Amino acid sequence: MSDLFTTVFLGALFFGAVTAAVPLLLAGLGEQMSEKAGVLNIGIEGMMIFGAYTGFLGAYLSESLWLGFATGMLGGIFVALIMVVLCVRYGLNQIVIGIGLTLGFEGLTALLHHFQFSRTYPRLPAAEPFPIPILADIPVLGPALFRHHLIVYLALVLVIVMSLLYRRTQLGLNLQAAGDKPAALDVAGVDVFRTRTIAVVFTGAMAGLGGAYLANIGAGLFVPFITNGAGFLGIVLAMLARGRPLWVLLGAMLFGICLGLTTALQVAGINIPTDVIQMIPFLAVMAMLVAFGRRSSLPAALGLPYERGAR
Amino acid sequence: MLSPAHHPGEAAPIIELDGVTKRFPGIIANDSVDLALRPGEVHVLLGENGAGKSTLIGMLSGLLQPDAGQIRIDGKVQSIGSPSQALGHGIGTVFQHAMLVPTLTVAENLLLGGPWWRRPNKEGLVEKVETLAQQLGMRIKLDALAADLSLGEQQMVEILRALLRGSRVLILDESTSMLSPAGVEELGALMRRLVERGMALVFITHKLREATAFGDRISVLKLGRKVGEIEPGRFRELDEDTLMAEIVEMMFGIRSDDPESVAQVPGPVDDTIAPLFSVRDLALPAGPNAPGLSEISFDVRPGEILGIAGIDGNGQKQLAEALAGQRADAEGSITLDGAAIDGLTVGGRRARGLRYLTDDRLGEGTVGSFPVAINFFIKEVGAPPYWKGAFERGAAIDQRAAELIKDYDVRTPSRQTPIGQLSGGNVQKVVLARELAEGARVVIYNKPTYGLDLNNTLSIRQRIREVAAQGKAVILISTELEEVLGLANRIAVMAEGRITGFVDNGPDARMNVGRLMIGISQ
Repeated sequence: MSDLFTTVFLGALFFGAVTAAVPLLLAGLGEQMSEKAGVLNIGIEGMMIFGAYTGFLGAYLSESLWLGFATGMLGGIFVALIMVVLCVRYGLNQIVIGIGLTLGFEGLTALLHHFQFSRTYPRLPAAEPFPIPILADIPVLGPALFRHHLIVYLALVLVIVMSLLYRRTQLGLNLQAAGDKPAALDVAGVDVFRTRTIAVVFTGAMAGLGGAYLANIGAGLFVPFITNGAGFLGIVLAMLARGRPLWVLLGAMLFGICLGLTTALQVAGINIPTDVIQMIPFLAVMAMLVAFGRRSSLPAALGLPYERGAR
Repeated sequence: MLSPAHHPGEAAPIIELDGVTKRFPGIIANDSVDLALRPGEVHVLLGENGAGKSTLIGMLSGLLQPDAGQIRIDGKVQSIGSPSQALGHGIGTVFQHAMLVPTLTVAENLLLGGPWWRRPNKEGLVEKVETLAQQLGMRIKLDALAADLSLGEQQMVEILRALLRGSRVLILDESTSMLSPAGVEELGALMRRLVERGMALVFITHKLREATAFGDRISVLKLGRKVGEIEPGRFRELDEDTLMAEIVEMMFGIRSDDPESVAQVPGPVDDTIAPLFSVRDLALPAGPNAPGLSEISFDVRPGEILGIAGIDGNGQKQLAEALAGQRADAEGSITLDGAAIDGLTVGGRRARGLRYLTDDRLGEGTVGSFPVAINFFIKEVGAPPYWKGAFERGAAIDQRAAELIKDYDVRTPSRQTPIGQLSGGNVQKVVLARELAEGARVVIYNKPTYGLDLNNTLSIRQRIREVAAQGKAVILISTELEEVLGLANRIAVMAEGRITGFVDNGPDARMNVGRLMIGISQ
C-alpha cells in the first residue's frame, strides 16, 4: 500500500485525471446546452468520433494543433447539422437518429482510418505544455495540474462563460424556455427551431473539439473507436448536472480521476488486471446515478420535437 | 402609442377577417368567417366546443395559416406567418393554457423574446412594469417563479406581457374558465380599462353572463361558421334577457339542413318504475389539472337514457371513471339493482353488469397491436371458454370473433388485423361488441361518437337506442348537444364537477340545456 502515495503515483493520477477529464468536460458542456433546449443529443458520440478524425487529419496535414482543433470542431458541427435537419427541422425521433449517427460515424471513421493510416499509424508530436507561472512549480500538484496544453485552461474558462451565458443572457433564457415550454417561447416571438439549432450546433462544436483533444493531445494519433464512450459519459454528466456548468466540471473531474487511476495504478505497479481497472469509470457512473440520478429533473420537453399549433 | 378611446362601433377596424377558411383533415374548422376587430371595443366570441374559436385564435396569433380568405390589418392585406409576426402587428394573445415557462421567474418570462445576443434589461423592465401596473391596478410579483403563481396571476402576467409588447389587439382565450368569481370580476374591470385606452379586445367565453357583462359586440360561431353578430348599438339597446334569448337562439337554434337532427325526440320514461342504477352524493377531490366532483346524485331507470351534457372538461371523464370504479378516491354511494357497488373494484362492477365505454378508445379501450379477435376478449383473458388454463383457445376465439364482427358490422380486413390499423368507427364497434355482447345491465358511454364520420356516428347512435330498448340503463356523456338531444330521455348538465340541473327531453329541452350549459339557471 505504501507505493500508492508516492509522488510518482499522485503525479500520474492527477495529470491523467485532467487529461481524461477535458474531453468529458467539453462533451458534457456541449450536451448540456442541447438538453437545456430540449434536444436529447444521443448523436454526440458520433460528433465526437468524427471530430477526433477530422481534428487529427487537420493537425496531421497542417502540422498545427490549433488548426486541428478547428477542423475537429468543424467535423463535429457537420454531424450536428445532420441532426439539426432530421430532428429539429423534421422532428424525427432523437434517440433513433442519435444512435444512427453514432454508429454511422464510428463505422465511417474506422473505414477512413483503414484506408489512410492503418499501415503507417502516424503520430503527432507531443503537445507543447503551457506551464502556468509560479503555480506550475508547486511540488507534485504543479506538474500534474498546471502543465497542460493551453486548450485545457480554455476549457476551464468555458465553464465560467457557460455559467454566465445561462444566467445572464437572453440566449440563456431562450434556451431554457425551448426545453421547458417551447410553445411559450414561440408565442413570445422567438423561433424555437433557431434556438434549438444554435444549441445542437454548439454541442457538435464542443463534441468535435473534445474528440480532437482525445486524438491530438490525449493519444497523439487516431485509432478507430478512440472516443470509447466519452460522448455517452458526457450525456450522463449533463443529466446529472441539471443545467449547471460547474457540476459538469466536478463530474468530469470525478470521472477523470477514475480514468487517471487506470494509468496511475499501472505506474505504481499494483498487480490488478487492467480489465478490472478499466471498469472503474463505468462503476463510478453507476454509483453516481444511484446517488444523484433520482433527483435530476430534466427539462419537460426533453426529447420532444416541437410542432407549432399542434393540437 | 395608442389612439384615444373611440365610441364602440364607430372606429375603423384594426383587423378584418374576410372569408377566412381553415381545414383540418376531415373537418372544416373555420368556414369563410368574417370578423372585424375595432379599437375601443370588447368583441366577444361565443360558441360551443368545436365551433372553431380556437382555430380562429390560432390564425390571428400566427400559429395556424388560413387555407382561404384574407386578413387585413389597418386596411392592408397581410399575412400572419408566425407568432413573432403577430406580435409585430400588435396582436397579443393570452392562450387558454398558460404560456409562461414554469421554471423561469415572472421577470424572465416577460423578458423572453428580446434579441438573443443582448443582455436582458431587467432594470428597464421593472420601471415599465411599475408604471403599467399602477395605471391598470395590477399586482405583479416580478421575482416569483411562474410555476408558483395562481392561474389568475399567470393571466395577469400574460396580459402585461402583451401590453409591454405594445399590443393594439389583445385576445383572451377562455381566460375566465379557471378563475374564481372575484378573479372574473377583476379581469372584467381590467378589460374595460384596456378598451378605454383604445385597445381592441377579443374575449372568448362559454358563459353568457360574462359576455353580456363585459362585451360591446358579440359574434357567435357554430360548427366553424359565424352564425350571428350583435352590433354595439343593438347590444346597448336590448335588455339583458332579450339579449340572452337572442344569443341562445343563435347558439343552440336548430338548423334545418343538419343531417344529425332527429325528427322524433325521446320523451321522459315512466318515473314510477324503480331505478336500476342510483348514484348519491358522489364526490372526488380535484386534481392539479382536472376538476373534482361534488354532490352528484341521479337515478337511471331500466330502458332510460340519461344524457350528461356540458362543456368539455367539466368533470365528465372523472364522473365516468368514478362510476366505473377506476377512481379509488371517489366517495358516495352507487347502487345497481338495489345492491351497493361502490366498494367493488372495476372487475367486480363489471361482473355485476356495469359497462364503461371509454372515450380513449385506442389508449384505454383496446391494445392497438393486438388482433381484432383478441381485443374482443381482452377483459376475459384467462377465463373459459376462450382460455383453458393458461392457454388461448384459438378456435373458440376465432369463431366467436367472426360472429361479433358480423353482428356489429366491423369492417376489418381480417380477424387477425391489429386493431390499431382500423378506423375510429370500427374500433368503437369492437369496443361496443365487447362491452355489450354479454351480461350488460348499465352502460356508460363517454363521447361515443367523438371523431367518427357521419355514417358510423349514426349507426353507433342507433346501437345506443337499441341497448336502452332492451331494458338496460344507459348513461350517455357527450359534449355534442345534438347527440344528447337526439338520444336521451332526460338530460343532466354538468359544470365544474357538479350537476347544475336536469331537463326532461322535449321541445324546450334544447334551449333549457343550452341555458344551463352557458351558466344561466332556469
